Order: sequence, then structure tokens, then C-alpha cells
Amino acid sequence: MTVDDRFSPASREPGDDQPPGTRNEIITGPVSDWATDFSHLEPEWSADPYPIQDDLRQRCPIARTERFGGAWLPTRYEDVAAIAYDTERFSSRSIILSNFRPPRELAPIGGSPPISSDPPFHHDARKLLLPAFTRAAVERQEPATRAFCQSLIDAFDGRDVVDAAYDYAQHIPMRVIADMLGFPSEDGPRFREFVENLLEGINLPPDERIERVSRLFDYLFAQVSDHLEHPRADLTTYLINAELYGAKLDPSHVVGTMALLLIAGIDTTWSAIGASLWHLARTPADRERLVAEPALLPTAMEEFLRAFAPVTMARLVRDDMHWHGVDMKADDWILLSFPAANRDPAQFDRAGAVVIDREANRHAAFGLGIHRCVGSHLARMELRVALEVWLERIPAFTLQDPSAVTWAAGQIRGPRHLPLRIR
Amino acid sequence: MNVQIDSECCQGHGRCYDIAPGLFGEDGEGYGRVLGDGLVPAGEEREARLAAANCPERAVTLTEGA
Ligand code: HEM
Ligand code: SF4
Repeated sequence: MTVDDRFSPASREPGDDQPPGTRNEIITGPVSDWATDFSHLEPEWSADPYPIQDDLRQRCPIARTERFGGAWLPTRYEDVAAIAYDTERFSSRSIILSNFRPPRELAPIGGSPPISSDPPFHHDARKLLLPAFTRAAVERQEPATRAFCQSLIDAFDGRDVVDAAYDYAQHIPMRVIADMLGFPSEDGPRFREFVENLLEGINLPPDERIERVSRLFDYLFAQVSDHLEHPRADLTTYLINAELYGAKLDPSHVVGTMALLLIAGIDTTWSAIGASLWHLARTPADRERLVAEPALLPTAMEEFLRAFAPVTMARLVRDDMHWHGVDMKADDWILLSFPAANRDPAQFDRAGAVVIDREANRHAAFGLGIHRCVGSHLARMELRVALEVWLERIPAFTLQDPSAVTWAAGQIRGPRHLPLRIR
Repeated sequence: MNVQIDSECCQGHGRCYDIAPGLFGEDGEGYGRVLGDGLVPAGEEREARLAAANCPERAVTLTEGA
């Protein structure tokens, strides 16, 4: 076999033709007024963003901040949907809001296709991934996922208090995606570090962020080398061999997509499992009902995804424009809050309540339009299996200490520590 | 009653084939498709209505009385 020199060390040197992005002054500290100075990185938001969003929806409904070089926060379902559908005026070239805007030339591909891509490239990059993530394809991961959940609970033997976020929820998506990408399963703890580096620490100095991100790429290039030497039936080998427009993928596309698959599935699913268990720990009636009626779980799960949607995305405004009552400037950020959309009373009855047998539930936890979460069938399988196994093995549990629960700060929100009393 | 999927709107969320597996299935890329001719057999109207009410893209439509 000839060496695939797409992945040689020289190919990793950034080209001189790469234009720089733009950086802005970093502003932190308490928020003065959420309507004009919002920040999703402040502790008040991560502790409980819903009252803030509900208040903004009534009085703005599109909030503004001068932080991050300028950003908007729509809070109505209608506005969030309109932006998700309008890929002409709102670009995905960066979907994590920070103090650095990547150069415009990065569109339409972006750093991690397809999430960072705009049409027309987006469609083709996404199409490469779809067959591996259909419901039928992810069903094949179900037995191993179930066995892994059982083994996590076996390890609780003899303990009265366990951390359901740290000791249970986080490990499930890490193991599943490591298996699918063909990475060593014991690398889980490193994945957590990569995830935290990318999705949290947004207000760190840009150079430090770049340094942290490069650790992830070192890891991924090492995995690519290993797969070039030992090809196997997994997503990494699939991406190395995949073709688009009659040629193998650009190395930055291969590795960018691997990074996306690794990062996109972990924090998100971990958050969804954790938030569901958090709700059940503090709502005995719902917990007892689900234990008695396991057939209700798929419906209840959709309600947990609606009420505690873990994922908020970002967009960049393409050109100056007047949009739904506000004056947006080119390169303003949009914080695209699917969680806020999911609690809009204009779209959902009793939007603020968790109704585990809600029948009509057109929620947007997995996004809307062309970027619909590629991993949604996988995430739903993991969430269902994680909750089924937990409720079977641990039907009775309560919060050990409500004040000990901590929530992730940033665009992915879910419990990071969730101490539960299990006997 | 008849069901249709507007394939221009469908993004493959799969709510329809999760809720009403007798009426909808997935293609090789996860997009929804109507099984058979879309005529809803007696007794499956409820599933058909639920599928339409849960599609995030509003891609599932019902025609009553067909
Ligand atoms: C409960 C868990 C999850 C939630 C709530 C979630 C949510 C989302 C959302 C809202 C988007 C839309 C992004 C946008 O509009 O810019 C998205 C995209 C994406 N997600 Fe997920 N996700 C979850 C789990 C996963 C998993 C397990 C994977 C697979 C490993 C995954 C892979 C992706 C990919 C590849 C995209 C990009 C799709 C595109 O741009 O075409 N996600 N996710
Ligand atoms: S629920 Fe809607 S978007 Fe999803 S597969 Fe069915 S028709 Fe398509």
C-alpha cells in the first residue's frame, strides 16, 4: 500500500494564504441588563437560564450584547426557526460563539464539516455521514450500549450515593463514539478534556484556546496514522477513504469531521441523560410513573429533550440588515437558542412545565432545517437505553444535596455533577 | 385518511417512523418515506395524527376523508 501523504506532518502547516480572522476585546463580569448585555457564560445563566429567557421573550424578544464583539439572542420559537432555515443570511462558519471570528473565506466549508458548512457544500458533506447514522444503522450499537450501561451500574455496588452525571451519563456517549470511530475505549477521559477545551473556556485568551485545540488535532492525526496502517471497519477508515466530487477528501475535512463526531456527541448526550435523571430525582411522581409504565419512556424522553434541550448553536450574520425589528450588522453573532424556542408558550401549551405524556411535541432540540443533528437517532438510542437500564436497576433515587448539582457553562448545558442517593 | 411526506421539508428527524412504524419508514439516509400508498388503515388514524403533530419540520400532512 502506498503512503497516504494527505496526512503527512507537512500537510498540517497552515498555508500562508490563510487570511486571519478577527478578534475582539474580551468582556466578562456580571450582566447589567439581560436585554442589552446578555452573556451565556455567566453563572446565573448556567444555573437556570429559563427565567431569563422567559423574561426576554416577553420584553424584547431579541436581546443584544456588546460582549463577544456583538451578538443577538432571539428567544421566540418563530425567530429561532426563521434563522435556522435562512442559511443565506445566517452563516454557520462558526457555530461556537467566542471572541474570535474565523475569516469569511472559511465559508462554505468551515473547520468541521458539515456543522460549519453552508450550502451548497453542506449538503454533500452531510450526505457522506447520513448512512452511518440512520436509525437502522445505530440499532446495531444498542446491545453493546446496554451492556456498558449495566456494567457502569454494577460498579455502584455497595454505594449509597453516586454521581449520575460523572459516574454514569458522561461515559455512555464517550464509549459509543469511541467504538464507532475506532478509538481506544480507555481514551474516554482525554475526550472529556477535548470537549471542555472546545466548548467551555470561551473567554480564555485566543492563543491559549488555539493551543488547547491543537492537542485534539494531534490526537486525531495519530488516530488517522494508526488507521492508515491498520484499516478497519469504522468511521475513521470510512472517512479516510470517502470521496467527494471524484477525489478523496481534503485532510482538513477528514480530521475536522472526526473532531465534530467526537465532540458533538459527548457533551450533548451526557447532558440529556443527566438532565433527565435530575428531573426524575426531584419529581417522584414522574419517576414512579415511568417505573410502572416503561412504555411511556419514548414520549417522556422527547419531553425531557424539549424542556432541557442541551444544545444552543451560533450563526454569523452575513450582511448588514434590518431583521425582525433589529439592526443586525455583518459578522454579528446570533446565539441560536433551541432551548429558548422549546419553551415558547406561543408554540407549546404549558411550555414551562415538564409533561411526561405530552403528545404533540414538535420540539427543536436537534435543530431545524438542513443542519438537523446527524446523530439524533444515535442520541435517542443512547438516552433511551441509559434511562431504561437506570430505571430497571435503580427505580428509587433522590437528590442527595440539591446545592451540590453543577451545570456546564456555555452552549451545551447539562448537569456535570449530580450526586444521587440510590438506597 | 391519507398521509404524505413533503420531501422538500423532511430532514430525517424520524419522529414519523418512530411513532407510526406501520405508516412510515426510513430510507438509506434516514429521511422519512410513506409505506405503501399512504392510505391509513382503520385503527391507525391516531398514530397518523401523532406523527403529523410531532414532525419538527411540518413535513407530514394528512388528508382527511380520503
Ligand atoms: C441529545 C444529544 C444531542 C443533541 C441535543 C444534539 C443537538 C444538535 C443540534 C441542535 C444540531 C444542529 C446544529 C445547527 O443547527 O447548527 C446538531 C448537529 C449535529 N450533531 Fe448533534 N446533538 C446530539 C447528539 C449528537 C450525537 C450523538 C452525534 C454523533 C456522534 C451528533 C452529531 C451531530 C452532527 C454531525 C451535527 C451536524 C449536522 C449538520 O450540520 O448537518 N450529535 N446536533
Ligand atoms: S418526522 Fe418529519 S422530518 Fe422527520 S423523517 Fe418524518 S417527515 Fe421527515
